Amino acid sequence: METKNIMIVGVGGQGSLLASKLLGRLLLNAGYDVKVSEVHGMSQRGGSVVTYVRYGDKVASPVIDTGEADYIVSFELLEAARWLSYLKPDGKIITNTQQIDPMPVITGAAAYPDNLVSAMKAAGADIDAFDALTLAKAAGSSKAVNIVLMGRLSKYFALPEDAWDKAIAESVPQKFLELNKKAFALGKSAE
Amino acid sequence: MKVLMLGNEAVARGLFEAGASVVSSYPGTPSTEMTEFVSQYDEIYSEWAPNEKVAMEVAFGASFGGKRSFCAMKHVGLNVAADPLFTISYTGVNAGMVIGVADDPGMHSSQNEQDSRHYARAAKLPMLEPSNSDECLEMTKAAFELSERFDTPVLLRLCTRVSHSQSVVETGPRTEKPAVPYQKNGAKYIMMPGNAKRRHPVVEQRLLSLAAFAETSDLNRVEKGGRKLGIITSGTAYQYVKEVFGDTVSILKLGLVWPLPTKLICDFAASVDRLFVVEELDSFIEAHCRALGLTVSGKDIFPVVGEFSQNLIREKLGIPATPGRTLDADIPMRPPVMCAGCPHRGLFYALVRNKAAVIGDIGCYTLGAMPPLAAMDSTICMGASISGLHGFNKALGEAGEKRAVAVIGDSTFMHSGVTGLIDIAYNGSNSTVIILDNSITGMTGHQQNPTTGFNIKGDPAGKIDLEALCRAVGIRRVRVVDPYDLQQCIDAVKEELEAPEPSVIISRRPCALLKSVKPKPPLKVDPDKCKSCQSCMNIGCPAISFNAGKATVDATLCVGCGVCTQLCAFGAFETTEEATK
Repeated sequence: METKNIMIVGVGGQGSLLASKLLGRLLLNAGYDVKVSEVHGMSQRGGSVVTYVRYGDKVASPVIDTGEADYIVSFELLEAARWLSYLKPDGKIITNTQQIDPMPVITGAAAYPDNLVSAMKAAGADIDAFDALTLAKAAGSSKAVNIVLMGRLSKYFALPEDAWDKAIAESVPQKFLELNKKAFALGKSAE
Repeated sequence: MKVLMLGNEAVARGLFEAGASVVSSYPGTPSTEMTEFVSQYDEIYSEWAPNEKVAMEVAFGASFGGKRSFCAMKHVGLNVAADPLFTISYTGVNAGMVIGVADDPGMHSSQNEQDSRHYARAAKLPMLEPSNSDECLEMTKAAFELSERFDTPVLLRLCTRVSHSQSVVETGPRTEKPAVPYQKNGAKYIMMPGNAKRRHPVVEQRLLSLAAFAETSDLNRVEKGGRKLGIITSGTAYQYVKEVFGDTVSILKLGLVWPLPTKLICDFAASVDRLFVVEELDSFIEAHCRALGLTVSGKDIFPVVGEFSQNLIREKLGIPATPGRTLDADIPMRPPVMCAGCPHRGLFYALVRNKAAVIGDIGCYTLGAMPPLAAMDSTICMGASISGLHGFNKALGEAGEKRAVAVIGDSTFMHSGVTGLIDIAYNGSNSTVIILDNSITGMTGHQQNPTTGFNIKGDPAGKIDLEALCRAVGIRRVRVVDPYDLQQCIDAVKEELEAPEPSVIISRRPCALLKSVKPKPPLKVDPDKCKSCQSCMNIGCPAISFNAGKATVDATLCVGCGVCTQLCAFGAFETTEEATK
């Protein structure tokens, strides 16, 4: 099988590392060779963060390059736009519509662009944009945005439901398991 | 068992399986997790040392005593430990000793982009370089075998994409290593000139033996793929090459990157029509090939700056890559910022108000250099703030003393700040030093340090009393301020800059992200009271923004620190009763 590429992008502190660990476990359990690459350090502190998840028969490079991502899962709208050039010609963007102003916008040195979803569509991107933050709050915590997005992603590749359940159980603390299962289900079923 | 592991985690697993007994390190991205994962194995004694030099000396002492040992650091940390490094190359080891060093091509979280392979050559030590987590585990074990077989410390070089990538490893059991008996041997271990002179030829001979070993070791391997194109590579660059070419070109994959195998390289070069070296950062392997008289291409087409990727290799070798779509919009940068409620923010605000020149240091607080605070003038390396301030003030006299301060974190002060403070006290420098004590090593993700009262396992530990330490080195003016109290900080900075003798201000508040710190309910803005003056924006809190001409607070970020309330002349920020996060 050809190597498949999933990018997880967002803002430091949004839980993208946990999402990438969950995906790594899921795909390893499914029998694939997997590589997950993350950048920590200064970028943890409110900066732009990106994680690469690659899987297939045999994965070489730990990074995804421009024009190579089958899926870009974005935790924040501006970050989806920032990483758009990484999308494969027939790739798909799954993005939270939540907007988090970066410091240059907060200080007035730059503007948060309007209509990013339509701009990305105009650039030819296949986009699934939805409000994951509201769904996470409905599940019980604004911190569950990451699992809501994993639920959404699960619609797009054929892995059995119990494989996801197992990976979630292996990745989140026991006391938050029910909350996260609910967040996953809401992400998967919401319009 | 097959599991996904970070490269750093796999090194820790390799240490466990190799029977290592003592690990001492100082945290530094991307090396930190090697030691954090080691601390989960009860079979291995592990610790955070105050700095990398101490860590390497601890590891050497353990090896000298007869147990397999390890220390980990980032590339710039190896500079700190360079002094013992060059001499333990002369003494060699008793039980095996391995030094993990993690480079950061692309400078994701570093102040320079140095190539640690030069240290292997300069200190005449073998260096191994894994290219994924599986090799991290295997090469850690191999490094101990090499260390004992050739009586040498061994460098294990990682880089960000190896340290911080997860890939599949197969774990095995631990092999306990009985202690190698310790015997007094001054000629080997006491490096005064007479002995050291006799050790230098031993080191040279060892390098020759290692180079001979490199010719046939399975750490280096040829992957045949025809004679049209041959590529010599190592580490992550090998993975990028495999991604682009698969099995279609011939590859010499080097796992032992110093000393290099001369005959193997020459034979490989003769087996292909065109020869390339693909290596990140400096021309290290390529320079060696050129010295052998080989016709080779490398840094004439590949950059010496930044990380590589598969597309970079495609581009440089004329293979089409998918460029990807572009968006017709200006995407603002998203630089990292100090967190909402960060205790450093108030103190930096006080420095801005005092128009202070700030000689900074390495840690989260380096972010105080970013707008809107922009409260920093210099950042060089761990500990350089205090000694740098001393030099600044000696050069400028009162013009410096009345204006300039050093800021340094608690962990960095322990690392190499205290020696600068000793210099200030000893040489009568009228300098003002501010220790930003957030009670943790923040930037690398919350490691304990000698000021926190806990060890690497979270157990109670000896706790340095910073006030007493500063007094003990000879500073009489030592005061503690709360960085959430702006006026107190502004006054303290002003007074200490005016004071006619050296002084230390300890700005003390635990990191807002510590689990032990419970956030207060978020604040909110009464839009009727907000006069749109934007005074609150000067603090650079990510929880405060301006919408429709009024300040607003993001309740999901705000921790209720109350610094903004002190900036607002109109009392627009109000407390709420909302449940804490």
